[in-house]
Parts: sequence; C-alpha cells; structure tokens
Amino acid sequence: MADVTFTVDGKKLTAPAGTLLIDACRKAGIEIPAFCYYPGLSLQAACRMCVVRQEKVPKLQTACTTTVAEGQVFITDSPEITQARKATIELLLGNHPLDCPVCDAGGECELQDMTFKYGAGESLYAEAKQHREEQQWSPAVFYDRPRCILCYRCIRMCGEGMDVWALGVQNRGARAVIAPNGGDTLDCEQCGMCIDVCPVGALTSGSYRYKTRPWEMNHISTVCTHCADGCKVTLGVRQSNIGSEIIRADNRDKSGINGDFLCAKGRFGFDFVENPERLNKPLVRNANGQLEPASWEHALRFAAGKLKEIRDARGGSAIGVIGSNLTTNEENYLLQKFARTVLQTNNIDHERTADYAGFARALAGSQGRTASMRDTATAPAILLIGGNPTEEHPLLAWNLRTNVRLNRARLYVANAKQIKLERQAKAVLRLPADGYPALAAHLDGSDKVIAGSAFRETLLAEESLLVILGQEYRGAELEELVKWGLKRDNVRFAFLGDHANSRGAADMGLLPDLLPGYVPVTAPGQFSAEYPGMPAAPGKALPDIFASAAKGELAALLVVGANPIAKPGMDAAALKNTFVIVHDIFLTETAAHADVVFPAASLYEKSGTVTNTYGDVQLARKAADRSGVKPDFEILVRLAGAMGVDVKTLVPFGTTGITADLGQSRGAQAGEADRHAVWLAANGLEPKLSPFDPLAVLDEIERLVPGYKMDRLNLFGGNDVPSEPGFVPLSALTANAAITPAHDGLFTSGTLGRYSPGLKDLNRHQAAPALAKTAAD
Amino acid sequence: MSNETMTIFSPKLAARFDALVQKYPARRSALVPMLLYAQDEIGYLSDAVIAEVAARIGITELDVRNVATYYSMLRFKPAGKFNVQVCTNISCMLRGAYDLFERFQDELGIGHKGVTTDGLFSLEEVECIGACCWAPAIQVNYDFHDELNPDSVPGILAEYRGKAKAEGTVSHA
Repeated sequence: MADVTFTVDGKKLTAPAGTLLIDACRKAGIEIPAFCYYPGLSLQAACRMCVVRQEKVPKLQTACTTTVAEGQVFITDSPEITQARKATIELLLGNHPLDCPVCDAGGECELQDMTFKYGAGESLYAEAKQHREEQQWSPAVFYDRPRCILCYRCIRMCGEGMDVWALGVQNRGARAVIAPNGGDTLDCEQCGMCIDVCPVGALTSGSYRYKTRPWEMNHISTVCTHCADGCKVTLGVRQSNIGSEIIRADNRDKSGINGDFLCAKGRFGFDFVENPERLNKPLVRNANGQLEPASWEHALRFAAGKLKEIRDARGGSAIGVIGSNLTTNEENYLLQKFARTVLQTNNIDHERTADYAGFARALAGSQGRTASMRDTATAPAILLIGGNPTEEHPLLAWNLRTNVRLNRARLYVANAKQIKLERQAKAVLRLPADGYPALAAHLDGSDKVIAGSAFRETLLAEESLLVILGQEYRGAELEELVKWGLKRDNVRFAFLGDHANSRGAADMGLLPDLLPGYVPVTAPGQFSAEYPGMPAAPGKALPDIFASAAKGELAALLVVGANPIAKPGMDAAALKNTFVIVHDIFLTETAAHADVVFPAASLYEKSGTVTNTYGDVQLARKAADRSGVKPDFEILVRLAGAMGVDVKTLVPFGTTGITADLGQSRGAQAGEADRHAVWLAANGLEPKLSPFDPLAVLDEIERLVPGYKMDRLNLFGGNDVPSEPGFVPLSALTANAAITPAHDGLFTSGTLGRYSPGLKDLNRHQAAPALAKTAAD
Repeated sequence: MSNETMTIFSPKLAARFDALVQKYPARRSALVPMLLYAQDEIGYLSDAVIAEVAARIGITELDVRNVATYYSMLRFKPAGKFNVQVCTNISCMLRGAYDLFERFQDELGIGHKGVTTDGLFSLEEVECIGACCWAPAIQVNYDFHDELNPDSVPGILAEYRGKAKAEGTVSHA
C-alpha cells in the first residue's frame, strides 16, 4: 500500500498505510510495550500495555490495533500514558506472585522488565493473592496458574501458528486460567512454542525449569542436529565438571531460517548429549574378545596399523567406508577424500534416506531452479507432493501454514494419504496408493491412472510454482516430475530427506560412484589431479559392502556416525572376519561389533557446515564440550597421521607457512573466525594453522565443488546460504542403491532419539491410550 | 448430525439442535442456547453433553468448555430437582434477601451451591434476576416467587415437596 506520513512523539514517520502503529514505531526505534501483541498472530488487544494518545481521539488507543493513516499524530510517552501503563501493571500484579527470585523466567520476564520500567512496585490492593498449585500438563509443559497474565499468546500460537488448538481460556475474571485440551493434560504436538511465547514464567519447560538462572548461561546459535529442515537453535550452556553442558535449547535468535519456530525435537531433544551411556573413551577389542577402554594413542595406532596393513596387503577394494547423515560437510568431504586417496577405495556410502543424487541429476544444468527453506514461507503457490511435513518436517509445515495464513499463499496437496496440511490446502488431489509415478503424466493431461482434471486446471493456472517432493520419489519418477517442472517457467523444487545432513552427505560424495558435487568417479575431471591414488572404477554401495563382507572379501570397515547393523536385512554376522572401526556417540549395535570404537562429538560439540534438505548451507558452531570425545574430523586426521600420511595433503592448512599470531591479536575479535581471518590475511599471516580446522576443508570444498560457492560473510554471520545443484555435471549418473526413508516423526530421531530421555517421555505421553482418541489432527 | 445418529438427548431436543445449528451464519453461534437447553433436559453439562454439543457444532470439546465455564448459569455438577436461586442483588438485599437466604439454608440444611441429600433441592445465591419491583425475589427452576419474607420459606418448600410427591405418585402408578 502507499506510504503515509504521521507523527509520533514529534517525529515524522513514514510507513505503508495500514501498518500497525506498534510495528511502525518499533521499526523506527520507538519502543511500545505489549504483552499480548505478537507479530504474525491475530490481534488480541487484551493487555492494554500499548496504549498511546492519538490526537483528536477522546480515549487512549491501543497501538497494536491502530493502523496508521496520513496525518495522524500520536504521543507514546507522557505522564498520562505512563500512569495508564502503571495502572495496568498494578492490576496484573494484583494476583501475580512476586516470586521472581525463584521463578524460571526471572531475568528474562517481560512483566518483570515492565514493572521495573514503570515502577508499579506498590499496590493499592489489600486482598490476598489467590494461590493455586502448579500443573504439569505433559513431560514438556508446566503451567503455573497465578503467574499467568492471560495475554492469550500461547492460545493463538497453538491455534493459529501450529494449527493444533490445544489451549483455551476457561472461567472468567480473576478465576480465568489457560486450560489444555485434555482437562489437566496436554494432547498436542509438544512443540513448546507456548513456552517460548509466554512473556512471564507461567508456562515453563520440563527440560529446563529450575536448573539455572538465564544469566548463568552462555548462548550459542547453532544448527539443530535432528531433522533435515536445519533450524537454527540457540543452546544455553553452562560450565560443568566435564566441559560445558547444554541446559536449554530454544530459539532466542529469531534471525534464523526458522524465524520464530522450533519443534519438540529441537527444543527438548538435545539431552542425548548428557546421556550417561555416552562413550567417553576409545574402546579396543582385547584378546578375550571384549571391548575395553584404551588410550587415544593406543587406539589410533592400533586402528591405523591395521588399516595400513590391510590396504597394503589386500588393496583398497577390501576396505569399506560408511559415512553419516549427521556429520558436517567438512567431515563428510574429508572422509571420502581419506577413503579415496588414503584407503584407495571407492567402497564408500552412507545410509541413504532420499535420492539426492537423482534429484541433482534431474536438475543438472538447470540453475536457479531449487528453492531454499525461506522460499517456502513466501512463495505464492506451492505444490506439495507426498511426504507429511507436519510429522517429519515441522518447520516446513510451519512455513506453509504461515504463508497461507499471512500471505494467502495457495497450497496444493497431492498425497496418497490424508495429511494434516490439507486443512490449509486450496485443493487436494488424493492419489491412488501407487499413484505417485503417474502424477507427472497426469499433470501433463493424462487421466489414465489419476482421474479428474479440476486439481490440475487450478494448479496450472498458477503463474509460478514451488514444488516440494516427498521421499516417495526417486530415480526415474523423480526425474520425470522434475523434467515436467523444468518445461515450465517459474517452477522451483525442493526435495525432502530425513536427517540433519543427509543432503550434505550426498553433496559431499559419500557415494561409491559419485565424487563431491555429484561428479562421476568414471569422469573425475579435476579430481583426478586432486585425488592421487583414487581407483578409477566405482565402488560398492552399502548393501554390497555387507554382501562382500559375508563372502569374506571385506577385510576392513570404517563406520563414521552410522548404525547400519540396526537396519533390517543387515546381518551382523557378516562382519565376523572384518576389522571394524566405528566412530560414534553411543555404543550402537554396529559399535558393539567393532574392533576399535572412537568416542565422537555430537553436532552440538563441534563446528562446521551442514546442508539442509533444501540445499541451504549453515554454519554449526561448537556449543557444548565434553571431555574424552573428539570431533570426527579430528579423529580422521589423527587416524591418517597415524597411518603415516602427510595430513597437509588431506587438509590444506598452513599453506603459506606457519607464521601467525597464537591468539594474542584477537582481542575484541576473539571467536569471530571471519573477521579474524580477514585481519590475518591483511597482515600476511596464515589463517589456517591447525590440521583440525574444518574451515581449511571448507576452502577446498568451495574450490572443487561448483555448487558450493558461498557467500562467506553471510555464512559466518550465522545466515543460511543456498547451494546450487544446477552446477552438477550432466554426466552425473548413479546406480539407484537402497534408499530407506527414516520417516522420523515429531518425537523420534534415529539413533539420537533412542538416547534422548526427553523425546522418549514425549513419545510415551502422546502414545498414552487416554489421549489417542483425540490426536492433534 | 442427523437424527439417526446416537444421541443422549430426547428426539425432540435433538431435532431442535439440528435446526438450531443451521440457523446462524456461523454454526458455533448456536453454542450458548444449545448448552442451556441441554442443561434443562439433562440437569447439568456432563462430559457426554459437552462431547455431543461439540460434535454437533463441529468444534473441539475444549472450545465448548472455554465458553461454558464463562457462564455461572451453566453447571458441571447435577443440581437438585428444584434449584432455588435467591437473588441477593441490591434491591433484594435492601429488602431482606440475606434473611431469606439464611432461612432457606436453615430449612434445607445446605449452603450456597449445596444439594439436599434426597436430591430434591439445591440452593444458590445469584445476581439480579430482574424482579426488583417485587423484591426480594427467588427463582425455583423457571418459576418466580416474589415479595417474600423468611416466613414464606416453609410454604414454598412444602409446595415443591408436594409437587414432587404428586409426580412421584403419578410415575409409580
């Protein structure tokens, strides 16, 4: 809408007509307090804190419901307004306990801040405060009734934001309380968004409450390690006896790809890092066949010695390598480089959950046709084929709902099953159970398998389209559908996978036939010079690695952060005569069969980049610390070193010498890798001094992988930076090896989920029979 | 919801509800009258009443409870067969409503929101029932009794006991 000019506190402001006064003021740096107002949710005008004086209007107006128009004059700060706000706070404090010293929100409470600012320290009310007991609604959500100021934020967040509608207000007047849908329990998606938006300490989190004070924590923004949406998560950490522990995960930093949002896994599922079953010492199988703790030095020397012996005696083809969906891009890159150049084998794979290689091949040569996660929140028309984002991609579901609600986006759903997002859809096409392969032909006008043309006609009338494909698609069907979209203008794609860095694992070449950037092993181009010693033929995929083990042809297997034995159809007995090395966080089924186990750091305990399923690359920053464990990156470098490899050939560090400051120069720039690197480069010093610096490998990734030319300033600033699969060579071809979608739901997260007490509690709570009948959808 | 569906209400009331939900531009506008009629027939808003009303309108049970708990006229526990509501708002209070209310308490042996052990009477103190001209006034179910004094209490109670007996005789016959 056209801009209008109006006056606030004597300042001329300009904003589009119809902007809410509170937003216009905040943008101009004029603070207007509000408890009930929350950007993006419906207006409530319940708290009366945002009152302002508007010229020629007899009563004070609420800034959260006043829209600006030409020539209006407002006063937001005057003795009259201060008095009105003070009176509001006094009423709120009429029943609100002043237990701030023991309240979870103390120190980050909006009511506390406002009371401090407006000074309603005394009250004219003589009545005793009503005390009522606190309630536990679920393992994740607690509600303290007297502390509630009835701002309705939680209700609107749950209803409008999450489309769960599990909260309401009951009773009236001084007895009014927030009530959950199960009477005294909460039956919902347990996202914890209600806790996040609560301006006071009424809603508190089961995993965080009464553990610490907010100011005792350091807050580090990193990337969630659970699903493939790649939400930014802020970890609150505190020093502990064994390093630094994670106390809380939330979304303080709303600048991330996920905006306001975080789901149950991101918020409550970090506790696997504190699991007492975590490995904290290397284990080596002794003469009696038992795994026993060993020193890092011994374990590394033993493992490296065996690997070298096997490579020299039987060649690289007798060695297999299995990578992870959770490790960083740099670790994945390093692992495949280590496999190909040091172990001299292409027998490298990971547990594939989606056909990213097929997706990249379908898009080969077509640039600018993929969508970032951010586009799902702004695209005017979206076609969602397959998948169930509400369960498996909570942020995507949130973005789609928000986009429909705030931008009136048109969502089209084509699915064989009914999914919750259909409530937001403009049109739904119910596919036959095996109807996915026929969809591309249907969209082109064939009604042979899928009947009805109404859906197609509305869809094709859209000028632009964002197509989101579920894991139902792979290989030829995936390619056919992408090709259908490529024929049209303004069609972009997103492809859904399962884990935090599944996309990165594929992009970085944890594949037997494809190098980083999906460059075929058979036509390696510049990689032939970069990777001396790499075998020319494609290697074995994961099932074939196990098959060759069963035949006794596999002498060694290196497994990094994966648990293939837990997958159905994988036989542990096959590994009887194979020397197995495992890096993992826990003693998984696979680790239990290993000869050497290295205790690995989780994604929350290391830095590096990860790529979400939309191809957005983000920097994961080290938040927690734990003695005894090492990042997979460091373990690999040490393993290579122990094999006698010059690690500079693996990690390009110290390329201009070893002259640099040892931290003295950092000062105010400590911890800011980007600015420090700029400073070092400007002074002619080597920025990458350590063989354990993943950013050195990032340099090499950027140099060799065309899709990963990134805006570093943005990346290091904590923003998401898109990668570009369109640069994939047209010759990229892959055998369609076993792809098993993990289909992790709201409270499951592969191996990590099994070691997270918080997620297990939520699973149990939501599976309870009393609640089953009124499941959230 | 059609008539053939299982309902806890009488066929007449069920039919009335079917018409009511069609009457308004938004179905949930029918919520408050439905709760009142349901309470008149069932006696209170049981869980079953809330579940069926929610299903008939197409909203959640939580939505129904959010509205129902707002109104003090809606009950979630059974009242007596005759619910005695004594107005103690200003006109009635000035004309002796508290003496009247005390007398009811003494005669029935119950307090505010109490129910007699035989389930015949329940008693509550209510806000204005709109009979100020004839204060003090009470309402027993939907019947008004006005210009009362404490000595009218035994007579009123006897009248309803008699009614109950008569109905009881009829129903036993």
